[in-house]
Order: sequence, then C-alpha cells, then structure tokens
Amino acid sequence: MTTLPEKTEKKLGLVIDLDICVGCHACATSCKEWNTGGYSAPLSDHDPYGADPSGAWLNRIHSYEAGGRTVHFPRSCLHCEEPDCVTVCPTGASYKREEDGIVLVNPDTCIGCKLCSWACPYGAREYDYDDGVMKKCTLCVDRIYNDHIPEEDRVPACVRACPTGARAFGDLGDPESAVSKSVAERDGYGLFEEFGYKPVNRYLPPREPLNLPVAEEPEAAETPPTTDTTQLGKLFAWIDRSLS
Amino acid sequence: MPRSQPALDTSPKVSDEIKKTTCYMCACRCGIDVHLRDGKVRYIEGNRDHPVNKGVLCGKGSAGIMQHYSPARLHAPLKRVGPRGSGEFEEISWEEALQLATSWLEPIRKSNPKKLAFFTGRDQSQSLTGLWAMQFGTPNFAAHGGFCSVNMAAGGLYTFGGAFWEFGDPDWDLTKYFMIFGVAEDHASNPIKIGIGKLKSRGAKVVSVNPIRTGYNAVADEWVGIRPGTDGLFVGALIHELFRTQSVDLDYLLRYTNAAWLVIDAPGAEDHGLFARGEDSEQLVYCTASKAVAGCKNTDAKPALTGVRTLPDGRSGRPVFELLAERFLTDTYAPEAVAEQTGISADQIKRIAAELAHVAFKEEIVIDQPWTDWAGRRQEKMIGRPISMHAMRGISAHSNGFHTCRMIHILQILLGSIDCPGGFRYKPPYPKQTPPNLLPHGAAGEIKPEMPLGGPHLGFPHGPEHLLLDDNGGPNRLDKGFSWDAPMSAHGLMHMVINNAAAKDPYGIDVLFLYMANMAWNSSMNVPGTIEALTATDENGDYVIPKIIYSDAYYSETVPFADLILPDTTYLERYDCISLLDRPISEPELVADAIRHPVVKPDRDVRGFQEVLIDLGHRLKFPAFTNDDGSPKFPGGYPDYMVNHQRKPGIGPLAGWRGTDGTATCTGEPNPNQLDHYLENGSWFGLHLDPEHAYFRHANRGYLDWGIQKGIRASADPTVFQLYSEPLQKFRLAAEGFGDRQPPDSHRDRIKSYFDPLPFWYPPFEETMVDEARFPLHALSQRPMHMYHSWGSQNAWLRQITAANRLYVHHSVGATIGVEDDDWVWLSSHQGRVKCQVRLMDGVNPDTVWTWNAIGKRRGAWGLDEDAPESKEGFLLNHLISELLPAGGGGYRYSNSDPITGQAAWFDLRVGIEKADNTGTTAPYFESLGDASQAPSPERLAYGKQWKEPAE
Amino acid sequence: MHPAYSVILFTTASGAGYGLLFWMTITYAFGMLQVSPWYLLVILIVALLLITAGLLSSAAHLGHPERAHRAFSQWRSSWLSREGVAAVATYVPSGLLGLCWLFGIESTLTVWLSLLAALGAVVTVYCTGMIYASLRTIRQWDQPTVAPIYLMLGAATGALLFAVLLALASAASIWTSLLALAMLGLTAALKRQYWQKIDEDPDPVTMEDVTGLGRFGAVKPLDPPHTRPNFVMREMGYEVGRKHAEKLRRLVWLCLFGAPLVLALLALLSGPVLAAIFYLTACLSAAVGVVTERWLFFAEAEHVSMRYYKAA
Repeated sequence: MTTLPEKTEKKLGLVIDLDICVGCHACATSCKEWNTGGYSAPLSDHDPYGADPSGAWLNRIHSYEAGGRTVHFPRSCLHCEEPDCVTVCPTGASYKREEDGIVLVNPDTCIGCKLCSWACPYGAREYDYDDGVMKKCTLCVDRIYNDHIPEEDRVPACVRACPTGARAFGDLGDPESAVSKSVAERDGYGLFEEFGYKPVNRYLPPREPLNLPVAEEPEAAETPPTTDTTQLGKLFAWIDRSLS
Repeated sequence: MPRSQPALDTSPKVSDEIKKTTCYMCACRCGIDVHLRDGKVRYIEGNRDHPVNKGVLCGKGSAGIMQHYSPARLHAPLKRVGPRGSGEFEEISWEEALQLATSWLEPIRKSNPKKLAFFTGRDQSQSLTGLWAMQFGTPNFAAHGGFCSVNMAAGGLYTFGGAFWEFGDPDWDLTKYFMIFGVAEDHASNPIKIGIGKLKSRGAKVVSVNPIRTGYNAVADEWVGIRPGTDGLFVGALIHELFRTQSVDLDYLLRYTNAAWLVIDAPGAEDHGLFARGEDSEQLVYCTASKAVAGCKNTDAKPALTGVRTLPDGRSGRPVFELLAERFLTDTYAPEAVAEQTGISADQIKRIAAELAHVAFKEEIVIDQPWTDWAGRRQEKMIGRPISMHAMRGISAHSNGFHTCRMIHILQILLGSIDCPGGFRYKPPYPKQTPPNLLPHGAAGEIKPEMPLGGPHLGFPHGPEHLLLDDNGGPNRLDKGFSWDAPMSAHGLMHMVINNAAAKDPYGIDVLFLYMANMAWNSSMNVPGTIEALTATDENGDYVIPKIIYSDAYYSETVPFADLILPDTTYLERYDCISLLDRPISEPELVADAIRHPVVKPDRDVRGFQEVLIDLGHRLKFPAFTNDDGSPKFPGGYPDYMVNHQRKPGIGPLAGWRGTDGTATCTGEPNPNQLDHYLENGSWFGLHLDPEHAYFRHANRGYLDWGIQKGIRASADPTVFQLYSEPLQKFRLAAEGFGDRQPPDSHRDRIKSYFDPLPFWYPPFEETMVDEARFPLHALSQRPMHMYHSWGSQNAWLRQITAANRLYVHHSVGATIGVEDDDWVWLSSHQGRVKCQVRLMDGVNPDTVWTWNAIGKRRGAWGLDEDAPESKEGFLLNHLISELLPAGGGGYRYSNSDPITGQAAWFDLRVGIEKADNTGTTAPYFESLGDASQAPSPERLAYGKQWKEPAE
Repeated sequence: MHPAYSVILFTTASGAGYGLLFWMTITYAFGMLQVSPWYLLVILIVALLLITAGLLSSAAHLGHPERAHRAFSQWRSSWLSREGVAAVATYVPSGLLGLCWLFGIESTLTVWLSLLAALGAVVTVYCTGMIYASLRTIRQWDQPTVAPIYLMLGAATGALLFAVLLALASAASIWTSLLALAMLGLTAALKRQYWQKIDEDPDPVTMEDVTGLGRFGAVKPLDPPHTRPNFVMREMGYEVGRKHAEKLRRLVWLCLFGAPLVLALLALLSGPVLAAIFYLTACLSAAVGVVTERWLFFAEAEHVSMRYYKAA
C-alpha cells in the first residue's frame, strides 16, 4: 500500500502564519504532550536529564533572521501529495490516506529502516530510537475525528494550543475552506515546492511593514501668528485658542 | 491496483475524567483542563471558557506533565546535617519539621519579631503570606516584586491608579496602534500572545521598543532597537513632538488629570511645589471665566492650563500643564538631541509621534454608549483614542525606571488613551487612587513582641511621614525598604535581604524564611556574594544567618543552603487562591478570581506551603489562625481558610458565590459550599461589568459607586491622573530641609535630584560610575517564552528546547573582536567576569549583548546530571551584576536599585567583551552541590507508553 | 549522511559476494570455470556467506528486525523492497545450484540455474544502488553513476575474490587477471567521474529556498529548534571535513584501485603461489578501499533537509 492514492477526497493540512508566530513553542510541546500518549505513543526521550537530551518530536520551531527580520518558523510534516517517503517504504507502513490525504506511519508494521526519513526533504520524520519505529505528524488523526472530544476541539493539538492563532487546520483541497481562502488572500506558499513533492501545508509570509498616515505639522494647518514664536509660546497660544 | 489501508481507530478513548484548575507554569494563571487517565495526567489543554487564556495554552503550560513528574521534586521534609551547601540532609517527619520551625520562630516572636525575615518569590498567595507575616509582627516581609517590576507598579499607581501587566490590558479588540516597551517573551504570556495575534490579523500596527528583536518584538510591524536605559529619552521626545505639533487631548486632560491644578511657585517656602489648596484641602485651579481660583472639583469652572496665576494668599501658582510642557519642550527632549543616545533617528521619532497623533485624533472611536461621569454629568458617547501601550522589564529593571514608566503613562494620558475605547484598560480592582490609600506598616513603634502588625507591610507612602524608620531615622526593615535609601519601595527589596542580613546592616536576624525563590542562584544579583552571605560564619564558627527555612517543590540551587526544608507540592496537587485581595485574574470587563485544587494526589510526603503556614500560624498562636479557646481557626487547612477567612466583614479571599446561599458576589457571608461552585465553574469566578462601566472607570460615577458596593474600591472619588506627583515633591522638600522628617545629610542630594514631581530622564547609575571605555556594552537577559525562571530546566521537554544559552552579540561586535558562532568570550563587568559562547545576530542594538535568563544551572541541582549543558555551557549574567553600586562620594554604597522604588537595576549592567580560548566550560564553574537525598533521574522516558493502543 | 557501519558492511560485503556469485556462475555457465565440483561449492559458499553476512548486518540496522519479512511486500514502488525480493530470489537458484554440486550434478539444469543466479546477483546489486540513486533529497546520490558504481564495485571486488579463490586452487588464468584489471579500471573511471561531478556541482539548494524566506533577503539561522542534535541532525547532518575527505579519497585510490591494479598485474606475471599471494593482498587492500569508499559515499552525502539547520 506504499503506492500513493491517485486522488484523495480531502487535502487536510495546516496553514501557518509566519506574520504572527512569536516562537513560543506551544505547538511543539502540545504536540509532544498529545502524541506521547496518542496514536504515536510514546514519543521517547533519551538522556532527558543528562548531557545530551533529545527525543522524538513531531513539530519543531526554528528561528531565522531574514533580511533583518526575525522569523519564527514551525516545521512539521507537510502531508505532501506526491511524497517519496511513502513510496520508498518497503513494508507499506508508510502510507497516505485516501480519505483525507494524511501521511501516516503504521507503528505496527514499520520495521525502522529509516529510508522514509532519508526521502523527506523537510526533515519531518523522526525516528524513535527506543520504539524502533518512525514517528511523524499525524495531523492528530486521533483527535480530528474523535467522538470523545467536543466538536470544536477536533483539530490538531498544535492548532488547539497556539496562543496567537498562527495555526489553522482545514481542507486545502477545497477552495471554499477558510484555510484555502486565507492562503489565497495572503499569498500563502508551500515549502520548497521546486522539489516536487507537492506539499499540502501552507505558510503565510510575514506581512510587509505597515505605512500609516501621519498627523499634519501644525504649520501646515491654519495657524495664526503669535507674538511668542518659541515652541512653548506656540503651544500655549494654541491652547488658549482651543479652550476659549 | 487495489489499495488497502490499515484499520485505524480514529476515535480512541482520551481520558477517564477532566479536572479543571489553574496553571502555574508561570504567573499568567491560565485555566487548564487536566485530562486524567489511570490516575496519571494524560494531557493538559487550555480551558476554553477561561477569561485569561480563552482555551489556548503556551509552550510551558503544554509541558506541564514533565513539571509535575519531575525527578527534581522534593519528597519529604529535610533537616540539614552537613554544612550549608553540602546537600547533606536527613529526612524527618512533618511533625518534627513543624516543631523545629516553631521552636525557632516562637522565641523570636516573643522577644523581637524583627529577627525574622520572611520573603517569598514567585508566590501567588501574598494576601495569606502577608497576613501571616503581619500576625508574626515582623516588619521584614515582601515578595519578589522588588527585583521584578515594582517600578511598573509604583510608576503606574502613583500616576493613574493602575499599571501595566496584570493591572490592565490594551483594548485588544479596538486598539489600532500598539506600542510595547521592553517586553520580553513572558510578561504576560497568553493574553499578550492572543492580543498580538488579534491585532496583527486585523491590521493594527504594532511598534516594539526593545534592544532585542525576538518573540513579540519579532512580529512587530516596526522595531525600534533602542539603546538600553534610554527609553525615557525616546518617550520624552515623543512627548516633545506631541507638544510641538499641538497634538494633545486637552479635553481629556481637563477632565481626568491634574493638568490644571495650580502648583505653588514660592522657591524657598516649605510648601513650594505642592498643590495650592483651598477649602477642605481641595486643590485649586484658575478659572478663566471667573478670573479667579476655584476648587478642582468645581465643574462650572473653566480651568486654565497655562499662565502664572495669583493664589488667594498672594503668592504665585502655575498649572501643572505649563510645568509639564516646559519640561518636555526643552531641547533636551528634542528628537535631534536624543537621537545619538537612544540610537533612534530623529526622523523615526518624529514619524512615530505623528502616527500616534494621527491615530489618536483622526481615527478616534465613538461608541454609542451613554454613561455618567464622576460629577454626575451624563455623557452620550464613549470616545476612544485607539492607542495602547504595554511596558515591562526593559523599562522596570533600570535605575531610571520609575520616571521612565511615569513618562510612558503621561504619553498615554496626553493622547487621551487611558481606559477609553481602543486604549489601555484597567482590570478591576483597578483603578485605585493615585497613590492608593494603602500605607506601609512596620516602623519602629509598630513592632512589639507577640503583637501583630497594624496593617500590611507594603504600601504607597504619600510623603516622608509614611516611611518606616527606626528610632534613629535609619531603616527599620532589613531590606531598607521605605527608608531614605528607597522611600517608595512598594514591593520591598528582596534582592538586598540576604546580603544585608549577613552584613548585619541595618541589623542581624535569627531566622530567614524563604518560599519559592531561587536566591542562591538566578534570583540574586551577585550569586557568589549571596552564597558567601548564606554560608558566612562569625568568630565562633556559627552562621551569621543562624537559621534558614526554605520551602519549594523542587531541588533548586537554594535548597542545599537551608537548614530546614518544607517540601511543597506541584501545581496539580495543591489548593491555591488567586484572589482579588492579591493578584486576581480580572479582565477589563470582568471581575474575576480563581482557585487551584488538587487534581492528583501527591505520591510523596509533601504539603502545600499555604497549608503549612496556616498550621505554623496556629502553632505560634497567631490570633488570625487561632480561636480564643486555643483551637485552630481553620482545621480544614487552606481550603477552609479560602472559604472562611474574612479580611473585613463580608470580604474574603474568594469573591464568587458568597453568602450562605451562594448568591452574593464580592461581598457576603462565607459560604460553606463556595469551593464546589468554583469547581463546577472550572475553578474560576467572573462577574461581568455593565456596558456603561466598561470605560473611563477612573471617573465613571456608575462604576465608582458599584466598585464601593462590591468592595473593590475604597473611595467614591474619581482617580485623578497625576501628571505632577506631589508625594515626590514632599520627599524633595524634606531633603531641602523642610519638615520634621528629613533625610540624613548623606542622602539629601540624592533625594533632591531624583524625587522630581515631573518625570525626567537621567542615565542609569552604573554607566555613570564605571569606565565606559572598559565596559562599552549593555548586557540584558530575557526569559525564553518556553521557560520560566529556573523551573524549566528540570522539565525533560522544555530543556530539550533550551539546554544551554548563548550570548547574543551584534555581528559588528563579533567582527570587531573576531568571533563567530559558538566561539568563547569573556564578558566582564565591574563586579566580575563570565566565560560563555556567542551567537551573532542582526536583530539587536549594536551596543547590547544579551542572553536567555536562568538557563545556566549549578551542578547538583534540579535533578540534572553533572555534565548537563545547563552547567557546562549555561551561564548567568547574575554573576556580573552587583547588588551594590560602586562607592560614590562619601564612600556609601547604595543598593543597585532605582533611588525611588528600590527596584533592582539589573538591566543597568555594563560589560566589556573579549575573545577567550575556545576550550572548556563556562566560568565561573561552581562545584557541585550535593543531592544525595534525591533519587537519581531516569535515563530514558517513554511517557504515555501505557496508553498505546494494542495492535489490531 | 551518517555512515552507519552496519550499512557499510552490508553493501560492501554483499556487493563483493554478489560479484563473486556473478563471476563464478557466469563463467561456469559458459564453461570457462575449470575446477572440481566441490571447489565450485566452496566458492559458492564463500559468496553466499558474504551475502548473508551483509543481509544480516543490514537487518541489524532495523528498529524491528523481527518484522523484516514485511519488507518484501512493496516491490512495486520501493527499491528497498525490490532489493529484498531480489536477494531472497537469488538464494533459490544459488541454493539449488549448491545442492546440485553437492550431489555432483552438472547438467543443463545447473547451467540454467547459474545463469539465473548471475541475473539475481546483478538485479540485487542494481536495486541496492537504486535505493540510494533514487533519493533526490541527497545530491551526491542523485547521480546517474551511482547505481553503475554499485554494480561495478560489486563486480570488481567480486572479481578480485574470484581471482584469489581460483589462484588458491591453482586454477587462475590470464583472463581472471584481465577480468579483475578491467573491472577495477572501469570502476575507477566511473568513480573519478562521480567525484568530479559532485565536486563541480555545489549544492544549489539554499536556506532561502527551503524556507521560502529569501524574498526578505539573506536568511541566517538564529536559534535551532533544540539546543542538542535530534534524529534528523544525527542521521542526515553528518559532515566530513574537506581535507579529511580528500585524504580518504586518496586512500580509496590507493587501496581500492592503485594497489589492486598493480598487484593483479604482478599476479598475471607470477607463478601460481606468488599469484595467490598477490591476489590475496590485492583483495585485502581492496576491502580496505571499498569500505572507505562506502564510508565516504555516506559521509560526503548532504541531505537537503539540513538546509533548515545550517546555511550552505
């Protein structure tokens, strides 16, 4: 089942607004917290209190300086339409769901050969050394359809947590969805599209700086001459006029 | 080819139950839903109904599981058996621990209560800890505000009866222009994040004034990379520009401020610079209609804002506005004059001022909501100037922070943007009076054996008469709070306590009692000196600070220095009360408070600190905790206290569901079922304000009366904004030789210089006292958004994000000294030097270096391995910051603090940088603390493995 | 890319094993192999041992070796799966061939079986090469020469082994030497071309490209997501210094190509005993060389995902 579906019914994915992401890591830790007890349980940690702490995380937040701006940059699986991470899998554990396009790893059949991680240009797959299987963003497949969770909360944990509202979730295959509209409006882009995997997730670029109108100089307005031409004198004359 | 997908249960069970409580991963107090499964915490998410976080949760809160199950948790009460710092402890029972504490405290209370110093750190139950200290009768109590943000609190409360951070919020839904000054990633956490998200999404402009461009500043539309400590010049120049361009809200000034009040102009007189007063001490204005003075409350008067006026006694008086305009229209604050020192071009300053003026006056917001002003005049509309501001540590932690903070508020006031639609909004119980009618207690005459203090320790002096002095006019508090060293130290000076106690200056103590403050590490300036003070011995070999009691939940760097450890619980195991008497969770249109309650049972022999205090209070027979028959007043412990304690009749720690039937709010009889109501409502209570009370609450008759009714306001008078602060002038007059309470000669010049009733900018002290050629750079620290103080480093998830810090240096500085990323440098100040690794960046003021705060750890603490990056590479700037300024004229070393409030000036730090050899570890590299009493930390974690669904 | 020893061992040992299998079966099929049936068996066993050792070593590299059987299922899309299928398939004719030889059977059947085994060897090694060559994420692997080099290195190291084994049985002839010389020469040419190509084709992918932030100007990393390396950085972020790599490349030239070529040439001119010694020395030298070559193949490979962490 390593072959890709010809078409998926939906293209579920995330839209990440780089204009308002403040780099707080809430999406990363909420992801870790949900998933270490969820579909991907556990997300193991190595040397958690030692010299070289590391662990399986499905979402990581970079920060860059780009032309003088500081940009916080969350990065996770983009649930590409045509990714080799699925086709290189020798066991079929790595697959793309027909119904919603989510790329998953079946933890019960993954042999831990790591080849899929080699095939991912985004570095989005994380091998769990303890568990011996590959882990990756599931778009919280165990949340978004979960009847035990209130309907409004049936979104990925990262979206649920994000304090600035920099993350949105929806069907990017439906041009009428809120996420598709925000992508259209804000010129959203896919990461490294040249590579050709057709990533589904979209990034909204930081906005150009706002140029606001400014108040007019008082000289430009009608200012009758005052005898006192110091700045204080002008101010006080204005006040006298205003209050009289 | 047919595809077959694995069968997948997309609707697995999540949890057995959800318990709603209040987060404590930082001081933000967000509502959380704790999902429990098999008795363990499965997941923590934000409570959607909660007023603070509205469902979202930050990086820290979402890592709560790892905090709760941290291996650094303390397990049982500990008694020190080795020398201080050795970490040699023996476990004792709670009974033994409490008896021991009582045996140390009881004799002090019976002889000289001053011999106890009780200070708390990141605690959120100051109304209880303060009550306990009052009952003990010691003057020596405060929390950590002295090194946190007392400049913000005092600057705001003396000016407009509110303050930034938790005392108010920008009007996130309506503001069009938002300025943040010196706001790091954490203050506040989720509310600001939610707010910034809202603002940016609807196209409002965000301007950040900060030497460092990270976090909130990174997403700002405009970054003003100011040189540290010069914000006052920048804001002064904005005010200058508003005056120059005649862009101030005169109507607002006349209605709500003391702009028209007449200041006595009689140099040399004992009341020079005070307000001219008429009958009933009412301040006077000059009425241009009647051409005579009138009371400031006279609503028929047409007050003048300018002109020298003759007072009834024949002397001259001048309106505050004129003095203010004179102050800021001088060349000192001209944009061209401040450009070099601030590092901001005159053009940028002028443009920002013009944008402010445009938004305030051309884009005003009008809400069709009638309301009644303080004088009973009906207003048809609410007019808003949609500019809001927020400021924090970058303003506060400088020795010129108080005045700079006042300047920012005056900028807001000139624009007419306080508590108006789109502006800055108070959160109840604010506004208070200016200054609040809350005076400090603990002067010499008030301290007697076995006698509770007559009122709270901390308050707001209105003049020298409210200082807490000993019989010789010296400080009566150990931290020298409310003395001539720091007269308006509204939060105390916790940063001075340990060093003063060891130096016996002003006096020695018998017991130091600390709660939740990592004073032997990242919460102290000059860490080596503090450790020396904690371990100093006298000629007999006895410790100079004879007994140290410490309560914390975790094995921090401070634990090994205490003689008795009272282990606290984690935040998921405890009751807490986030009270209107203390620091509530109100929102601008909501009076709100909250509780914490145990959602999991402790698996260790630990007790919530508040429980312990109440127990100790009874053992020490404090009247507030003991019935007349000697039985405990709160046998049910802290929850019992939360429900049944009454500060005044009808007013208790919790405002919700009062009255025997639970229908009263804010005031009412205690309700035995009160906590059940809180639990049903998700652990919080909120009372919505009427729409007519939504704005202008400093002068909103309906709100003022309602506030009195609800017990959240003390006075029905409006809060009048104090552009000119008379209390400061009173201190200055004392220094000039007036009155019966005058500073010692050594302090006169300092008081005269800095107690200016109008705000002004002066250079931060340290840079005027050290060689700027040797220490050309400013050094700052910020907390990373995903970490909070030292707590984060024990958190297996958070420490993966930041296990070591770097010194961030502007590329140009890196090029000058020839270093690249990860190279080692020596960073030195007049106090000492630190070896650390650099990272080069563009988004920092070129004269500034900075690092993440409290990442550096000492070996042997927090359950970390000896070779953890936190101790090998991680470093603190604290080692470079002196708690005392260099000796000035006369040889006296003042505290490195704001001269008005005593706020620790740890952002004043000046440093030099040089390349070091690229080897080894950070320096100073402290030897390991012993932690033999703690179980070893695990080498692997697979949290959640138990919930893995079995294979199909 | 992190040079995992299990993978290096797997690809070099099984490569040589398949090479040996190929040469023995192909020469056998065409009647050019003049050794006793039991010695045929010995050569076959040596080949299969190398192959099996390699395969076991690669299985050890898995997180769940006990699930290795699942890897045969996705041959339609996965080169790794195809490699597994081909490897197992190759055991069938090779095993039957061994049985025949064990029982002294030599017939048309054994000719056909050996042709099948030879085919299996080629296909398997080609699949191995394609596992790497098909990864567009790694510029140094996404090269047309990668799969041919895998084939040729298998052939060359197999030919050397073959020569050793024949020389030990005093069955070496001129063509064994010529075969080894030709394979080594061809491989060296290919490898030279490969290195030239990857040297003159510096990574065109930048941090600006992968982040999409180039529109604002130059992109520099400020803070990594975590302060200590994660799986991706450990697996994909292995870096070998340029000078060190050059040194190792010289070692490859010397041990994998230079020395074996000279030694094979010497063997050609020597008597049987001396030839065996020369071939054996050539073989050992080539072993060092091919392991170094494979180590470099990984160590010099740059994964595009590292552009999120480090500027080019």
